[in-house]
Amino acid sequence: MDAISIKVNGKAHSVEVTPDTPLLWVLRDTLGLTGTKFGCGMALCGACTVHIDGEPTRSCITRIAAAAGRSITTIEGLSPDGRNPVQLAWLAEQVPQCGYCQAGMIMTSAALLAKNSAPSDADIDDALAGHICRCGTYQRIREAIHQAATKSKPQSKKVASGGAQ
Amino acid sequence: MSIAPRNSKLHNFNQFARRDFLKAGVTAGAGLVIGLYLPPLAREAEAAGKDFAPNAFVEITPTGDVHLWCARSEMGQGVRTSMLMILAEELDADWTRVKVVQADFDAKYGDMTTGGSESVRGSWTPLRKAGATARDMLVTAAQQSWSVPKSECTTRAGTVIHAKTKRELAYGELATKAAMLPVPQDVPLKDPKDYRILETKKARVDGPFIVIGEAHYGIDTKVPGMLYAVVARPPAFGGRVKTFDPAHAQAVAGVRKVVEVPAVEMPPLFGEERKENSGHQHYLWGGVAVVADSTWQAISGRKALTVEWEPGAGADETTEKQRASCAEMVKGSGKELRKIGDPVAALASSPKKVEAEYELPFVAHTPMEPPNCTAHVHDGKCEIWAPTQNAPGMATALASTLNIPLPAITIHVTLLGGGFGRRLNIEYGVEAALISRAAGAPVKVFWTRDDDLRHDYYRPMSHHRLRAGLGAQNQITAWLHHVAAPTTDGFYLGGDIPDMGGTELGGAGFPNGSVPNYLLEASFLHTAVPRGYWRSVDVSWNHFAVQSFIDEVAAAAGKDPLELRRQLIAAKPPAAEAGGDEKPVNVERLRRVLDLAAEKAGWGKPLPAGRGRGIANLYSWGTYIAQAAEVTVAKDGNIHVDRVVVAVDCGQVINPDMVAAQMEGGIAFGLTAALFSEVTIENGQTQQSNFDNYPMVRISDMPRVEVYIVPSHADPGGIGEPPVPSIAPAVANAIFAATGKRLRRLPFQTQELAQS
Repeated sequence: MDAISIKVNGKAHSVEVTPDTPLLWVLRDTLGLTGTKFGCGMALCGACTVHIDGEPTRSCITRIAAAAGRSITTIEGLSPDGRNPVQLAWLAEQVPQCGYCQAGMIMTSAALLAKNSAPSDADIDDALAGHICRCGTYQRIREAIHQAATKSKPQSKKVASGGAQ
Repeated sequence: MSIAPRNSKLHNFNQFARRDFLKAGVTAGAGLVIGLYLPPLAREAEAAGKDFAPNAFVEITPTGDVHLWCARSEMGQGVRTSMLMILAEELDADWTRVKVVQADFDAKYGDMTTGGSESVRGSWTPLRKAGATARDMLVTAAQQSWSVPKSECTTRAGTVIHAKTKRELAYGELATKAAMLPVPQDVPLKDPKDYRILETKKARVDGPFIVIGEAHYGIDTKVPGMLYAVVARPPAFGGRVKTFDPAHAQAVAGVRKVVEVPAVEMPPLFGEERKENSGHQHYLWGGVAVVADSTWQAISGRKALTVEWEPGAGADETTEKQRASCAEMVKGSGKELRKIGDPVAALASSPKKVEAEYELPFVAHTPMEPPNCTAHVHDGKCEIWAPTQNAPGMATALASTLNIPLPAITIHVTLLGGGFGRRLNIEYGVEAALISRAAGAPVKVFWTRDDDLRHDYYRPMSHHRLRAGLGAQNQITAWLHHVAAPTTDGFYLGGDIPDMGGTELGGAGFPNGSVPNYLLEASFLHTAVPRGYWRSVDVSWNHFAVQSFIDEVAAAAGKDPLELRRQLIAAKPPAAEAGGDEKPVNVERLRRVLDLAAEKAGWGKPLPAGRGRGIANLYSWGTYIAQAAEVTVAKDGNIHVDRVVVAVDCGQVINPDMVAAQMEGGIAFGLTAALFSEVTIENGQTQQSNFDNYPMVRISDMPRVEVYIVPSHADPGGIGEPPVPSIAPAVANAIFAATGKRLRRLPFQTQELAQS
C-alpha cells in the first residue's frame, strides 16, 4: 500500500489504502467525512455524489487512484457556513425527510446550478435522474432547485459551485 | 412513517392510566423535570400497582432550555419535531429554546418501538398533559413570588407574565422553585383556538444538520478501536453454513478475522407469547463474517472467501410455483374469517356476477441506509449503536442470545436513513454483537445493497379472488373475497392461520358493512421466504384488490366508480376495516375525504385521449384518506402518473407541512411498488440485488402531489402509512378509465397496454 495524495475540501491528505479502494470509503472510513453516503455501491442511486474538479461524481465507483491529485468537494465542504443557496433552499422548502440521500442530491443540484442558472423541470429531472430518494422528496427537490436558482442568480455561479473550491 | 402489526402492544394507545401519571422533581442542575408515562407502560403499571417510573422526560433548566427525551426513532417521519411541538404548545415554551434529546434504550421508557403510525397518536395526550402541568407549576411559582392571584398570570413563549404590574419571569428563573411544588392534577389543556405552535409549519429539527452532512445515522458510527465487518449469509432461505475456508480472505490486506456466525433462534419482535415448537421460522441468518480494518477491506476479504452452504428449507422454491399454489388455493374455500348473511347462496342467485383475481409480489423495504449495526460486547456488557425502530425487541434478543441481563445492554438509537418496517427487525443487532464478541473488539457490521435485498423480511406476496353478485337494480347483493398469502405472524410467532386481529387482513374490510352478504376467507402459502412488516403492512395488498374490484363492479353495474363508493359508504356504517383499528369507521369523515379528493381532482371533467382518472379511499391507522390519480398511457403501454390529489382527515394536525411531506413520500413509496417492485425467487433465493434490477421511482416518475387536509380537532390519526396503499388501485382505476384495460397484477404489467 503506497500513500496516495488527495485534496478534499481544500485540504491535502495522504492516505494509505490499496489503489482499488473507492473514494467513498476513503472519505468515510479514513478521513471521517461521513456526510457522503453509501446507497448502492454501483453508481445507481447517487447517495455518494461528491464534486471532483467541480463535476458531480459517484464516489462509490471512483477508485482512489483515479482521484489522486484532484480537487474533491464533499457536502461538508460545499460551503463554509452551510449557506450555499442550495442548502438554504433545501431548508426553506423543507426537502429532507430521513435525509440520508440528501447530500448526494444537494451536491448534484449545486453542480447543476453552477452550469445552468435557470434550469427547467426537464433539466432538473435530467440532472437528478441518477438519484434515488426512498422517502420520495422529489417534488420538493424540484421546488428547492428553482428557488436556489432564483436566489443565486445575482451572485453569479461562483457561490453556487461551492465556497470551498 | 412507520409500520407495526396491529396485534402488538403498540396498538393499545390512548388508554394510559388516568391517575397520577406525572411526577415532578429537581434535576441535578436544579431545573424542573417532569416525568411522564407514555402508554402502554402506564396502563400496565397501574394494573400491577407498581411504583411510578416515568418513561419520558421533560426538563426545564435554570437557564431556560427545555429538553424532551424522545424515545421514538426518527426515520424521516418527523417524530422528533412533532413530539417537541406537542409539548411546547401546552408548555407555552419559546420554540427557539426547546431541544430534543434522543433517548438510549432503557426499560424505563417502556415501549420505544416506532411503528404502526403510532408515535404521535400514542404520545398526544400524555405530552400535552406534561406540558400543561409543567406550565401550571411555573405559573404557580411566579404567582407565589409576586404574591398575586394566579388567575392574573399568563404565559407566552417561555415567560410568565403579570400584565397588571408589568412583571415577567422567564421559565428558567422559575424552574427550581417550580420543582418543589406538588404536581397539580387535571390541569386543563389549551383550547385549539389558542394554538400557536401546533398546526404551524415548524421546520424539522434535524434539517440544518442534514443539509451540511452532519446528521449522524447508524452507518456513520465510529468508536475507538472499531473494526469493520461484512457477512456472507446463506444465499437460499433457511440455508446454513456447511464448511468454509478462510485462507484466501485472511490473505487480503487489513483482514483481521474470519468468524462463523451461528443461526440463532430469534425471540418475537414485540414481546409476544410464542408457544414452544410453534413452527416459527425467525432465525438469525447465520453465515461467515470477515472482520477488517476498513469497510472496503472487509468487502474485499469476503470476495475472496469460500463458503459451502447447506441449501436449506426453501431451496426448491420458485416464484412461479408460489404463484401457481396461491392461484389454486383461491379456487376452493379458505378459513372463514368474516361472514355476513349467506354470501354463497346470494351470489348463486344473483342475475349478474362479477369476478376478478389480483396478484401482488413479495417486495423489499430498501431503505437508502442499508441495515448496519455497531456493537461492542465486553466484560459481560453489550453496547449497541443502531438505526432501529425496535430497540426493546433488539435488547430482548441480545439478552437471550448473549445470555446477559437487560440492564447490561445499552442501545444508542441513531437517526435512521429510512425505516419502512425493515428496522422493526432485530437480527442485524444480534449479528453485530456476536461478531464483536468473536472479534474481541467493537465492530461495525455493514450491509451492501445486495445483502439488504437478498436478506430482507419481505412484504408477502398475495393472490386475491373477488366475486360480487349484482341484483336486478344493479345493487351489490353479495361480496366474496378470498386471500391466499404466506403469513407474517406465522413467520415470527408460529402457526399459520391468523385471525382478524392478525397482520394479513387489514384493508380487506371495505365494504363489509354495506353489502347484505359478505364473505372474507383466507388460505396460506407455506414458504421459507422471510416475511415482515412493510410500510402499510397488509393494507398494502388487500386494499389494492378491494379498491380495484369496486371499480370493476361499478363498470359491470354501469355506475360511476365515485358514485358507487358514495353509495357503499352511505348504505350503512361499515364495521371496522378487517384487522384494522378498533374504532368503527366514521362514515361522515370517510365520505368527506372522498368528496374533497373528487372535487379537487375535477372528477367527471373530461381528459384528453390516453389519459384517465381513478380514485380510491381508505380508513386505517385512525386516518381517513382518498386519492385521485391522473395517468397518461402512451401508445407503447408506458404509463406516467401525472397528478395525485390527496384529501386527508388525520384528526388533529400537529404540523401540516409534515403531513404533506408524508403524503408526497407515501405516494412515491406506494408508486414504486405499483410500477416496479417485485422480488422473485429461484432455487429458494432472491433474484434481485440492487437498484438496476429492483428499480425505484425517480424524480421523472414523480407525480405532482396536491394535498388537502380536512381541519379537525379529533384525536390525531397516523400519517406515515395511510398514504401508501391507495396509490396502486387509484392508478389501476385511472389506467382502466384511460384504456378500458384492467391491470390486476403488481407491479403493473404495462406491456399489456401497448397498442399493436
